[in-house]
Amino acid sequence: MENMRYNSAGPEQKIIFELVKPGSSVLDLGCGDGELLSLLAREKKVKGQGIEINEKSIHECVAKGLNVFHGDIDSGLSDYRDKSFDYVILNHSLQEAKKPEVVLREALRAGRKAIVSFPNFAHYSARLQIFFRGKTPVTPSLPHRWYDTPNLHFLSISDFAEYCRERNIMIEKSLFIGKNKAVYIFPNLFALAGIFLIANGKPGKFLMKKEDV
Amino acid sequence: MTDKKGIGTVETQYYTFAHPPGSFILENSGRLGLVTLAYETYGRLNNERSNAVLIAHALSGDAHAAGFHKGDENPGWWDNMIGPGRAFDTDKYFVICSNVIGGCRGSTGPSSIDPETRRPYGLDFPSITITDMVNAQRLLIDHLGIEKLLSAAGGSMGGMQVLEWMVSYPGRIRSAIPISTAARHSPQQIAFNEVGRQAIMADANWKNGYYYGKEPPDRGLAVARMVGHITFMSDRSMAEKFGRQLKNRKEFSMFGADFEVEGYLQYRGSSFVKRFDANSYLYITKAMDNYDASRGRELSEVFKGIDARVLVLAFKSDWLYPAYQSLEIVKACKLAGLEASYCETGSAYGHDAFLLETEEETHLIKHFLEKVFLRRVNGEYEI
Repeated sequence: MENMRYNSAGPEQKIIFELVKPGSSVLDLGCGDGELLSLLAREKKVKGQGIEINEKSIHECVAKGLNVFHGDIDSGLSDYRDKSFDYVILNHSLQEAKKPEVVLREALRAGRKAIVSFPNFAHYSARLQIFFRGKTPVTPSLPHRWYDTPNLHFLSISDFAEYCRERNIMIEKSLFIGKNKAVYIFPNLFALAGIFLIANGKPGKFLMKKEDV
Repeated sequence: MTDKKGIGTVETQYYTFAHPPGSFILENSGRLGLVTLAYETYGRLNNERSNAVLIAHALSGDAHAAGFHKGDENPGWWDNMIGPGRAFDTDKYFVICSNVIGGCRGSTGPSSIDPETRRPYGLDFPSITITDMVNAQRLLIDHLGIEKLLSAAGGSMGGMQVLEWMVSYPGRIRSAIPISTAARHSPQQIAFNEVGRQAIMADANWKNGYYYGKEPPDRGLAVARMVGHITFMSDRSMAEKFGRQLKNRKEFSMFGADFEVEGYLQYRGSSFVKRFDANSYLYITKAMDNYDASRGRELSEVFKGIDARVLVLAFKSDWLYPAYQSLEIVKACKLAGLEASYCETGSAYGHDAFLLETEEETHLIKHFLEKVFLRRVNGEYEI
């Protein structure tokens, strides 16, 4: 069970790390133990701030020398002025927010850009489980059962892309990963997770369109 | 870690300044000639003088924060946090704690002798503020030859002093650790203090503050302390500690201390009067109530440009200094762009938690201080 589990700290963290420009300022909303922030601070001289709800994780972050606030995803951003950060990172935390729409809007207000990653609910194995077994899917990126999941919202890569299109959110980059490797074709079918670099922007500029499945 | 031996026997020292004709100018237009601060130090100041940590005490605290006074059974008030290997590691840091001005534990306060009249000040003592307390501490730090503190830390009123260090002397601290505190008192906090003050002043022995050499207003001060202790605990911690246990398993008496909790409060009250001066209680609680770190402006405005790293700590069941007050400090840090961290530790102890939840506090403070200390040596973003 445990080794089946897809590790979001692995390839995904590396991709997010690559997306952040050296010397920039970053707010990691739902920063967990602070692995990513710590890496960004060390390797890219990033000025980082974390927000995390779990007390033990706060202790980990402080031990790593990070700046971290104890708080939840939904209320973490409201105190900040516009464009306080170069990036607001939502690494697998958007789907745990009570109001993801507000969080996204706030992320794009407090940050010049946002990096959002989330598990893809439309992965083929989830589709098969629903279709053939009629059960709530459990996949490597959605490892929890219906009764113990921290996720409050379930979205697919196509859902997110469509949402951005509707709200004039510019997708500057989108990357998709399967189990330990990048996915290039039919990401909504084959990717376990999607990573988007987004900013408020003009409509009509999207990297992904037709390959949505 | 914390099982390691403490720092052993310690002694209080005294620093006297503002010798005549000089004087110590107070925030509220008054002045004091000849001021003494009682203080203790633990650990050793390094050659660079870069490892000094100032501990600020709460309302009823004193300079004796750690170790044992000769012949004493109990150690200083924050002994489990200060010592070799502890949160404020005396193997690494030089820790200083002084009794506040206005106090009665060795520093100049209303019970001290007025050099002009050669009698105790009583209510002739000028009103003092948190800013005055910090100004006096700053003179002590000067005297000890320390240009910049590694950190200023403290809980409750100690936390107010930490905030005041941030606002008044931002260039002289590298970090700040305000714990279970507020940038300003709420009406509720002022209300509880006022009940304490009224209890003292209602005591016939108080005699408008000129009771020195006579019977002191012990009953009033004891009641003030009892109210205080109620606010330091939580509903749950009281229930766990006392329940509805009767002291003597007989029947109720009319007005005796039947319940454990009554006995506890009475004991706390009567032991407090042995070590605390009623006028000091009046002056210090007033200083707390009047304090406003923001000076009536936005706290984030007065925080602007502060270079110190900040660690704000609060505890869940603390209803005297609720977490929302710490979050106001955190919000100001966010808006002012300070490097800050915040943790609200789960605890059932109420306001007392900052003295009792030492395991969590130790973990957070120890690592925080280490990183602040290291950063100076290794460059800005060394992690």
